[in-house]
Amino acid sequence: MAQIKGTDVSVGYEKRIVAGGINFEINEGDYLYIVGENGSGKSTFMKCVLGLEKPVSGSIVYGDGLKQKEIGYLPQQSYIQRDFPATVSEIVISGCLNKLGFRPFFGKKEKERAKEAMEKLEITDLAKRSYPELSGGQQQRVLLARALCATGKVLLLDEPVAGLDPYAQEQLYTLIYRINKEEKITIIMVSHDLEAAKKYATHILHIGGEKCVFCTKHEFIKENGGCLF
Amino acid sequence: MSVLSTLAEYLSHSSVRNALIVATLIALCASLLGTTIVLKRLSFIGDGLSHVAFGALCIATVLSISEKMFLVLPVTVLVAIILMGGNDNKRIKGDAAIAMLSVGALALGYLLLNIFPNAKTGNVSGDVCSTLFGSTSILTLSDADVIMCIVLSISVVLFFVVFYNRIFSVTFDENFASATGIRCNLYRLLISVIIAVVIVLSMQLVGSLLISALIVFPVLSAERIFRSFFSVVLSSGVIGIFCAFTGIIASILFSTPTGATVVCVNVLVFAICVVVGKIIRKG
Ligand SMILES: Nc1ncnc2c1ncn2[C@@H]1O[C@H](COP(=O)(O)OP(=O)(O)OP(=O)(O)O)[C@@H](O)[C@H]1O
Ligand SMILES: [Mg+2]
Repeated sequence: MAQIKGTDVSVGYEKRIVAGGINFEINEGDYLYIVGENGSGKSTFMKCVLGLEKPVSGSIVYGDGLKQKEIGYLPQQSYIQRDFPATVSEIVISGCLNKLGFRPFFGKKEKERAKEAMEKLEITDLAKRSYPELSGGQQQRVLLARALCATGKVLLLDEPVAGLDPYAQEQLYTLIYRINKEEKITIIMVSHDLEAAKKYATHILHIGGEKCVFCTKHEFIKENGGCLF
Repeated sequence: MSVLSTLAEYLSHSSVRNALIVATLIALCASLLGTTIVLKRLSFIGDGLSHVAFGALCIATVLSISEKMFLVLPVTVLVAIILMGGNDNKRIKGDAAIAMLSVGALALGYLLLNIFPNAKTGNVSGDVCSTLFGSTSILTLSDADVIMCIVLSISVVLFFVVFYNRIFSVTFDENFASATGIRCNLYRLLISVIIAVVIVLSMQLVGSLLISALIVFPVLSAERIFRSFFSVVLSSGVIGIFCAFTGIIASILFSTPTGATVVCVNVLVFAICVVVGKIIRKG
């Protein structure tokens, strides 16, 4: 059984279908790239996979013993208020919440996990800073660190490199690739960076219109004669 | 000297001591919950609920129910659950509905009180005034009232401590929390029940019009100065307690209305925090 499997999924809002005919199967350790134009429904699709929105039709099921608590998520936009009083370390460790079970407070293990995530994203020196006072790219890294903390088996990233400088982008790709390979964590990523897709993906899902295409990277490249579109 | 001796004189009465204990506990609960209410931009829910509680109280008065809480509390809890239902993205649209509900409840309550005036007191405007702005009833609490207040307040504080990390997550980013398997619906439900309880409790202290002040002022004051969630929660609790305590003492010393005095102390502290915050940020 696949980790996440979708059959005839169509996504949209209030019965208005944005993208339809999505069939996909994601297994442990896969690296799925979701591509498509602006407004084609990529973020909406992600939210359906996460259960934040319901698909208009079709079904998405978790298999392979995957639980909601084992999923990490980086939203494209968070509805976080501009002046919310919270420090970087408070936000990063809040990602470990789904590891607590019935315990009320974070223990050594969670603190260590949060520290590691901050080191990976090079924000350790920002730990005590207030989140709203950070730059856009710094905020993105904080939310990425939080997503890493929450991840157990699957990590969903909605345009993770948006707002990062080229050096940080490259680093992030390497980091995610390493997590994917070493920890066998399934990656589902929305991105407009086709070069990176060619380099890292195992599968590609093209979202847009009535019929969305899901295939392995090799099929995709073969069909399109070596270029993605 | 005379002021101090008056104070000592008052404090020797157990009713005054009870009032102080109850008031500080209520203020602590209100200010703790205020952090999530204000930071989630839900201040209007506190306001709406207090008006609903007023309406329910009026109905209880008209029906001459002796233990009014048995009607007021369930009604307020129910409305709280309805208002807080739906996640962040959907709820915002409901603010006009909440405004309608709260003004409607206020009008209905007043109307009912006028049509069926209380046979015992026969004083409509006095009744209304004390439910809206609080009364001296805080000085006439029975032992049972005091014990109930203490038990409820301690439960609220305990809830807040035990669920602190979950409350942070649900307040900060509900979408992320649900996406990663946190049961936001459950916590939202718990929080709405507790908000309703706290509002009904604090109605005795400051009356239904001024409750929002107990909820929003301490957080807003704390936010001026502090930048982490933990310190905002902590200091907002401290500010809430301080304002209730000094407010009550002042109202006793100067024979001013309790609720209004407590709220004015809150306003004063807020003003001070604004100035202090400005200075800190400049320096
Ligand atoms: N909350 C909403 N209610 C109604 N329609 C929405 C809502 N959010 C998005 N849409 C619509 O759904 C469509 C798909 O939006 P979505 O955010 O999924 O696009 P996207 O593929 O992620 O685009 P981008 O590349 O810009 O991130 C858009 O046409 C958008 O207008
Ligand atoms: Mg998007």
